Amino acid sequence: MADLTSNFVGITSPNPFWLASAPPTDKEYNVRRAFEAGWGGVVWKTLGSEGPPVVNVNGPRYGVVHGADRRVLGLNNIELITDRDLYQNLEEIKRVKADYPDRAIVVSLMVPCEEEAWKAILPLVEETGADGIELNFGCPHGMAERGMGSAVGQVPEYIEMVTRWCKQYYSKPVIVKLTPNITDIRQPAAAAMRGGADAVSLINTINSIISVDLDAMAPQPTIDGKGTHGGYCGPAVKPIAMNMVAEIARSPETAGLPISGIGGITTWRDAAEFMALGCGNVQVCTAAMTYGFKVVQEMISGLSQWMDEKGHTSMDDFVGMAVPNVTDWQYLNLNYVAKASINQDDCISCGRCFAACEDTSHQAILMSADRVFTVNDAECVACNLCVEVCPVEDCITMVAQEPGTVDERTKKLVVKEHGDWTTHPNNPGAVAAE
Amino acid sequence: MANSLSTSGIVSGRKERQDLSDSFSDLHEPLSDHEALVAADRCYFCHDAPCVTACPTSIDIPLFIRQISTGTPEASAKTIFSQNILGGMCARVCPTETLCEEVCVREVAEGKPVLIGQLQRYATDTLMAEGTHPFERAAATGKSVGIVGAGPAGLACAHKLATLGHDVTIYEARQKGGGLNEFGIAAYKAVNDFAQKELDWLLSIGGITIKYGVALGEDITLADVQTDHDAVFFGMGLSGVNALGCEGEDLEHVVDAVSFISDLRQANDLAKVEIGRNVVVIGGGMTAVDAAVQSKLLGAQDVTLVYRRGKESMSASVYEQELATSNGVRIIYNAQPMKVAKNGKAMSVEFAYTKTKKGKLTRTGESFSLPADQVFKAIGQNLTGAPEALKLENGKIAVDENGRTSAPKVWAGGDCASGGDDLTVTAVAEGRDAALDIHATLLG
Repeated sequence: MADLTSNFVGITSPNPFWLASAPPTDKEYNVRRAFEAGWGGVVWKTLGSEGPPVVNVNGPRYGVVHGADRRVLGLNNIELITDRDLYQNLEEIKRVKADYPDRAIVVSLMVPCEEEAWKAILPLVEETGADGIELNFGCPHGMAERGMGSAVGQVPEYIEMVTRWCKQYYSKPVIVKLTPNITDIRQPAAAAMRGGADAVSLINTINSIISVDLDAMAPQPTIDGKGTHGGYCGPAVKPIAMNMVAEIARSPETAGLPISGIGGITTWRDAAEFMALGCGNVQVCTAAMTYGFKVVQEMISGLSQWMDEKGHTSMDDFVGMAVPNVTDWQYLNLNYVAKASINQDDCISCGRCFAACEDTSHQAILMSADRVFTVNDAECVACNLCVEVCPVEDCITMVAQEPGTVDERTKKLVVKEHGDWTTHPNNPGAVAAE
Repeated sequence: MANSLSTSGIVSGRKERQDLSDSFSDLHEPLSDHEALVAADRCYFCHDAPCVTACPTSIDIPLFIRQISTGTPEASAKTIFSQNILGGMCARVCPTETLCEEVCVREVAEGKPVLIGQLQRYATDTLMAEGTHPFERAAATGKSVGIVGAGPAGLACAHKLATLGHDVTIYEARQKGGGLNEFGIAAYKAVNDFAQKELDWLLSIGGITIKYGVALGEDITLADVQTDHDAVFFGMGLSGVNALGCEGEDLEHVVDAVSFISDLRQANDLAKVEIGRNVVVIGGGMTAVDAAVQSKLLGAQDVTLVYRRGKESMSASVYEQELATSNGVRIIYNAQPMKVAKNGKAMSVEFAYTKTKKGKLTRTGESFSLPADQVFKAIGQNLTGAPEALKLENGKIAVDENGRTSAPKVWAGGDCASGGDDLTVTAVAEGRDAALDIHATLLG
């Protein structure tokens, strides 16, 4: 049986599934229920400075992009950090941690970008016995207007400075949560690293307008006729998050920096993918907000089954395993040739592959009068569009051409040797192969 | 082909072999991978889901369906088996239309439930096809438990006890295990010898010995079993069949539906199973439907199922009733038999029409007669051969909520025990729960 025990920058938890800092982790009641349901850890919803807490809108906070059958694909929110009293939160954190010593509790923090503010709150957090802190440099709405959240996360120098203060005034691991609302994610990650961060977590939510009410002519969620941009998350953001994770994992400057992966993780497979790209653990929010805390049970059973099938006994066996295979386009093997192949036994004759290829791609699918669809190798560039639009899984596959055969399209011999853009004759900057 | 649907009398070979084999094929074709994913997608992963509450074994249905949708049917199967080790058979024979699927929120909202039963079969078939067993035995406790009957209750009890580290011996009167799964259910619900395959798979946990051909009261007594074991569980089912209580009941071809089904299930060649041209089945439960439909599938020309009360009172579900009518069985409601008469080689059954007034059944005074080569009695079964030491309640072994009988260290469950609704899935739940109570008692 695979061992799911997780040790992320010295913080242990029975599994790598943490609830991200968000509404599900706003109070003791929820966090206890989350632990009972099986979550390995939580990042407590962001605490702010002492004093009157922030206030939230009293109208709708969420909007959603639905898929078929109203499946939640993307979620947008305009909720702020905790609107409960700092000391009440701290007391609750202390109580829950004492009752669940085997679970991870990390406290998310967002206070003004001043040393005194951090110096004031860190000892209070230290006193709770929580396992670490996460710096919320990502929240893109509301708090950013006040010089916090993503306003800090978009300035690498601030990230470095605040991280350094935290390492100075707090003894346990410091995780820096990054905003994706930036051009190059490697810059803030490197800044966090310079400041001494133990890890980064990403991504926070993406600036978004989820929908427009065409009667009210206002963005949704609409508060008394007006709307504002929110933070986008859920399954829809996973590809964006994974790219950013991979960029940090493979950048020479930040390689080896521990990463806690966040962004639309809904199933065990999502988690495994993030981990293969270098994440030591993962954080989840939208899946819990859609399906409830119980959803973690599938993540645990699925990851465990997959690890058993692959012979992985611990997560160290596969964390980062896919990183060496993430490369730049210029290094992709241009001598690799594949062709689409349609399994006629599985084909249901819907013609979607034909429409996609004929109208928008390379006119490489032929259609007979009796609706038999076949691939014309002389035109197929192996773009994969037909594979993805086909409603039947594995009906169309990409088949690699064996070296020694001829590519019908280019009439060239398929060779075994690697040949990429850096050495391609069409590249004016090509370097001769050694 | 010598015989046809219209050949008089009771004969075999009314249909060609291929036709017979097609007739008795799987009631529901197994879902393909794609179909399973599409079906699983419809589940809303409801909170505190009504389907789980409706399942006598409380399988975590939303979780197992989610595990199918994420490509881990094996994990899904484990979720099912952890609550119901006979989850494979229950996926085939459970009246899901009156249990989980009846309360599915999508049934209530749209009249189209998530296909819970078929998805359960998809998951359990996947794991069983891999030939692996998902559980391991706990360290040996040194305790041993004797179980009477290798039906669903006895097997579920045995498996749970074996998993908990106890040694189990099952005493089974027949030469094969499985109980009603093997002998009492329509063939098209458990094709390809599934009951025996499931039994072998269940036993692969280890620690369970079945002694076949050992009947309680003939070969062993309760005292013997008590002497040899630390605890005893009774899952002996109901071996007696209720009588019609009318004239002509003793005629040669007036037989118990359960015997007909059992003989058919054990037949090596369906083309050699004899069936009448005109068959009358009397009763209103699943056994009546199973007997009537299989008579029709064997090639009986006219099969009539006669039930003494109205459609809504029939214990076979509306789905089962429609299965019968769509196979060409005629169902006559509100009629009870008065007399079976011999007419030369054939027989005829005289029925009185009935009506129910304030819950009481009375005859209307009108009657009719049906020709019958065979009459199958399916008006319920009763307990026979229970040890005198055990107190009875309404003709069944009296048990409390933990399955404890009136005798110390003796438990009972399944059809032979009081309470419950005589379903495979209920028997499994009772066997499992008794095992947990036995475990707690033995180690307490």
